[in-house]
Amino acid sequence: MKRMKRSNEPIFWSLFGAGGVVASMVAPALVFITGLALPLGLLAPEALGYERMRALVGSLPGALLLFVVISLTLWHTMHRINHSLHDVGINAGLAGKVVFYGLAFVGTVATAYFLFVARR
Amino acid sequence: MPDRREIDIEVMRYNPETDSEPHMQTFRVPFDEDTSVLMGLQYIKDHLDGSLTFRWSCRMAVCGSCGKMVNGVPKLSCKAFLRAYYPGKLRIEPLEHFPIVRDLAVDQTDFLEKLEAVKPWIIRKEEKPLSEGTYLQTPEEMADYQQFSSCINCLLCYSACPQYGLDNAFTGPAALSLLHRYNADSRDEGKSERMPLVNSEEGVWGCTLVGYCSEVCPKQVDPAAAVNRNKVNSTMDYFLRFLTPRGGVDS
Repeated sequence: MKRMKRSNEPIFWSLFGAGGVVASMVAPALVFITGLALPLGLLAPEALGYERMRALVGSLPGALLLFVVISLTLWHTMHRINHSLHDVGINAGLAGKVVFYGLAFVGTVATAYFLFVARR
Repeated sequence: MPDRREIDIEVMRYNPETDSEPHMQTFRVPFDEDTSVLMGLQYIKDHLDGSLTFRWSCRMAVCGSCGKMVNGVPKLSCKAFLRAYYPGKLRIEPLEHFPIVRDLAVDQTDFLEKLEAVKPWIIRKEEKPLSEGTYLQTPEEMADYQQFSSCINCLLCYSACPQYGLDNAFTGPAALSLLHRYNADSRDEGKSERMPLVNSEEGVWGCTLVGYCSEVCPKQVDPAAAVNRNKVNSTMDYFLRFLTPRGGVDS
């Protein structure tokens, strides 16, 4: 049998899997809080007010939490889009990987910059 | 009162010696409650056109020879019944994603090569002498692989798999399930020989978990689960190779 080349997919699949956990466990709660509870008045308007949000981003645990939620969900989404394109017959190959994982990477770096550098 | 119903069966015909491309031909076939799609094809061959070519053997979902596309869905023709399609009609085509040899018979060479590549047999580093008896296994150890040993190589999952259809370099559902069946067997010691294939793009990473393979499987094997478990195995292998003295199985 010819020697098979090891795929680097485990890196992206791990990020996809971790993002899947975030997307299924944390994201629905966030959608509920920001998209339903607040507009419907189930939460007081000040609950997500500027001061509190500033404090959340300002604390290290809060910033880490936001970083995990935003970056992993991005990796999850980009991986899924890339593979769904293949499913519908568009084989983007390396270009697809560069574009979609590149977007996730840029998003991750930007998130890290805004959360950990720019806020100082 | 005897059942006198009749149904139209549209069959794809292709004779590579005379036809430039496949065409459809319709036959009217009598049937009753017990007539399988395979029996419908046999009726055509026995009474209407003896040149119709298709594979079959056991007629009871054990041998895996009689897979066809029935109204666009991969089916064992012995396990599908004409009554289920009445009063509509049937369109029977050869299994998708394989070259046609003639009429409904496809060329299985590509699959057979893949099957061989996963080494679907128990590999021992050293065989125990017969005098020491058999290899023992607990019911729990058997449960780890038993489901995946039910595969009959009928190729329905390959016809269902869009990835195999787009690029047949992909090892595919049945071969990967059988690979898992041996890797998960407590008597087997050949995992390191199979991991390079698992870890490759042509191995589990060619799968995007569409899951149609598990849906069409006539033996409830669930190839999608076998593939996904090996994505976990491959991911562990990918990262743990930096920590193990051996450096993983592939390097």
